[in-house]
Amino acid sequence: MAKFFVNGEQVDFRAAPDTPLLWALRDQLGLTGTKFGCGMAQCGACTVHLDGAPIRSCVTPVSAIEGKRVVTIEFIGHTSQGRVAHAVQAAWVDKDVVQCGYCQSGQVMSAVALLRENPKPSDADIDRAMAGNICRCGTYQRVREAIHAAAASLKKA
Amino acid sequence: MHTKAKSVSRRRFLKSSSALAGALVIGFWLPETRGRFEAHAQPQAKTPIPPNAFLRIGRDGSVTVLVKHLEFGQGVNTSLPMLVAEELDCDWSRVRGELAPAGPEYAHTAFGMQMTGGSSSVWNSYEQLRTAGAQGRRMLMQAAASQWKVGIDKVRTAKGFVIGPGGRKLSYGQLAEAASKLPVPQDVALKKPEAFTLIGKPTRRLDSWDKVSGKAQFGLDVKRPNLHTAVVAHAPVFGAKVRGFNADKVKSVAGVTHVIETAHGVAVVATNFWSAKKGRDALEVDWDLGPVASLSTEGMRAQYRQVAAQPAADAKVAKKADRPDAIKAAARTIVAEYEVPFLAHAAMEPLNCTVEVRDDGAELWVGSQFQTVDQAAAAKVLGLQPSRVKLNTMLAGGGFGRRANPVSDYVVEACEIAKKAKVPVKMVWTREDDIRGGFYRPMYVHRVEVGLDAANAIAAWNHVIVGSSIIGGTPFEAMMVKDGIDPTSVEGVADTPYAIPNMQVTLETTKPGVPVLWWRSVGHSHTAFVMETMMDELAAAAKKDPVAYRRELLAKNPKMLGVLELAAAKSGWGSALPAGRARGIAVHESFGSACAQVAEVSLEGDAIRVHRVVAAFDCGRVVNPMTVEAQVQGAIAFGLSGALFGEITLKDGRVQQSNFHDYRVLRIPDMPRIEVYLVPGGEKPTGVGEPATPPIAPAVANALFALNGKRVRKLPLAGSQTA
Repeated sequence: MAKFFVNGEQVDFRAAPDTPLLWALRDQLGLTGTKFGCGMAQCGACTVHLDGAPIRSCVTPVSAIEGKRVVTIEFIGHTSQGRVAHAVQAAWVDKDVVQCGYCQSGQVMSAVALLRENPKPSDADIDRAMAGNICRCGTYQRVREAIHAAAASLKKA
Repeated sequence: MHTKAKSVSRRRFLKSSSALAGALVIGFWLPETRGRFEAHAQPQAKTPIPPNAFLRIGRDGSVTVLVKHLEFGQGVNTSLPMLVAEELDCDWSRVRGELAPAGPEYAHTAFGMQMTGGSSSVWNSYEQLRTAGAQGRRMLMQAAASQWKVGIDKVRTAKGFVIGPGGRKLSYGQLAEAASKLPVPQDVALKKPEAFTLIGKPTRRLDSWDKVSGKAQFGLDVKRPNLHTAVVAHAPVFGAKVRGFNADKVKSVAGVTHVIETAHGVAVVATNFWSAKKGRDALEVDWDLGPVASLSTEGMRAQYRQVAAQPAADAKVAKKADRPDAIKAAARTIVAEYEVPFLAHAAMEPLNCTVEVRDDGAELWVGSQFQTVDQAAAAKVLGLQPSRVKLNTMLAGGGFGRRANPVSDYVVEACEIAKKAKVPVKMVWTREDDIRGGFYRPMYVHRVEVGLDAANAIAAWNHVIVGSSIIGGTPFEAMMVKDGIDPTSVEGVADTPYAIPNMQVTLETTKPGVPVLWWRSVGHSHTAFVMETMMDELAAAAKKDPVAYRRELLAKNPKMLGVLELAAAKSGWGSALPAGRARGIAVHESFGSACAQVAEVSLEGDAIRVHRVVAAFDCGRVVNPMTVEAQVQGAIAFGLSGALFGEITLKDGRVQQSNFHDYRVLRIPDMPRIEVYLVPGGEKPTGVGEPATPPIAPAVANALFALNGKRVRKLPLAGSQTA
């Protein structure tokens, strides 16, 4: 049995220890905001934070996160990263970034991690940090604009 | 035994259920969740379709617009409510969209069934939904006038209120119940465009917050009691059949509940995805591979090229030249062969469908572009009348045509499994299932022979297209294929807006055994590449500027000419660029709209960098400029992804790609800066979602030619610049 924390609550996970965190979140915990896109850490739709760092939950077995803290898109606004998360989400809404929206949980989680590390990223910094998050609708230009806008709003506040 | 009254009228039933739902409905159709099967058991064919199946106003003044099209990124959850709200004159901040289930009320006004495709969601709804809004407004006005005992000409509306003599005012919420009892007026006048307050105004999407906070519910997110997950072992070769299977090792995987053979594979059903996936991995299937097992892209290429060079005597002629022998009299000819590959749609949300079979019918949850077709297909598999199959339209994580399948492949598969499993089942395709699952944009070879006169003007044009038919062999064939010509194979060539004399277009339809389907912009996804790179080649042959050359041939097409000039002007066409950069232009008309694009490219080693794209777009009347801009950006990104990297290949009948590591798609570092310029005006809206996809591949290819003089006639472009 694996024990870890999801969005501040302890989880005693009794299913197979090789279960990827993604499917533990979605199937066992009912947290469907984290998305399945590729199953092999290629697309970033499943990005969550593990002890504060962005990871691909589709290739992270629950056996590897014993005692660690997972934060998902549903809860990111209520953590110590809440201020950054709100700025990112507000910028996403203001710039009308989303289209189908399926990849956007992962985009937001990656963007929050980027802005925490680098409060004033350049386009090149953004491209590097967000290269692992595929969007088939092609929202990339507005993703860049929204990250710049979020950075500006955090600086002002 | 408790029995329900049998003769509850449809109208009465719906009235009571609307009261249950706590929302009042103007008109009398509410897509209820309870008792649908009883309601639909009543004869309904002769009932006129209530015009306000689209509008609900709550007592609290909230306005819900039922969105008859699938929301899969293109923004109908916002643009269609805008159409209703414009005429309803309500408070936009109280409006939300809700995806409509399958129902005859929600049929496409031009195509006669409920579907999303052909860049048609806004234009086919433009009058219908404004009318629904205007009818709602009139009924609210009448309700207020009756209450105040004044004539309807004495009342007006303002932002969710009816205002009467002496400044009396009642909110739409206060009036909704009384209004719902009134007859629906049939002769409402619609606003003149000059009076629009919402249409044409940049308007943010209504679904953004749900989509950035993890709340939005896609098909894959459906939760139901006792819901199981199915993962299917699909054939390694198209058309292969299951000869037998060994599930011994599957049964030892914890959580696995069923192993079920379907028409095209073997499904493993479990209590959760991971168990089902592990179960599938443990399954051993013996396949009868069939004739496609020897198919390879190499072999197809050789065969297609041979056919293109020498079409059969009975090849179908899609466009006949006035003087077919004019080519023989030409001063010289330019001959070019083009090739485009199979392409997977690769939407972010892997295909899935949830099915629950109950005693009184069945219920589906699916992000469907083809509700009517999918509902009928599900009914057939389940042995039910379509009216007993409730299909809930879920948000879809992209689709690009893949969710509009005339043969409903993944819906049928999910129904087969649920029927046999006798438990609610969510069938989930893995990314590998999706990439290898077929229904690709077809591979095509074009052979173009252009005859030039002594002054290098076009004298004749012989065009042969070789590839498989999207529509042939489907239920749509009888309706859409005429004289052996699938219009989706030749659109963009046979109907070219260029003034080309003596043009002959020949189609050779192949049947390689690979399932094919429409892929964002359908035939235009390959024909624009061929036409626009050839135009560039002809301009060079005539020693003319590519814009000036096109201008002459488009003199009679103001829409095309308009976007050509706009893109050229905004891109600084003809002005100097930094060393190592070059521009290319392309212009194409599709889905009633015209789009011109100028791409600026450079090479980093042999890697192609697209730095900037200037797009000029004429889609008639613009409903939401913010969405149109997003769709142009997205359509270019989608087209560029295919143009640079997209390629599905086969060897020994097997698809050689499987996931995003070997089916490369555009990522953020590959994304150019895109500027979008919309041509103002226009009476009615035309297509938005697709028309910006076709021009990008030729614009980039033409820029590469401008850069280094090398003509690229094969997609994808990656690898073409290796010295």
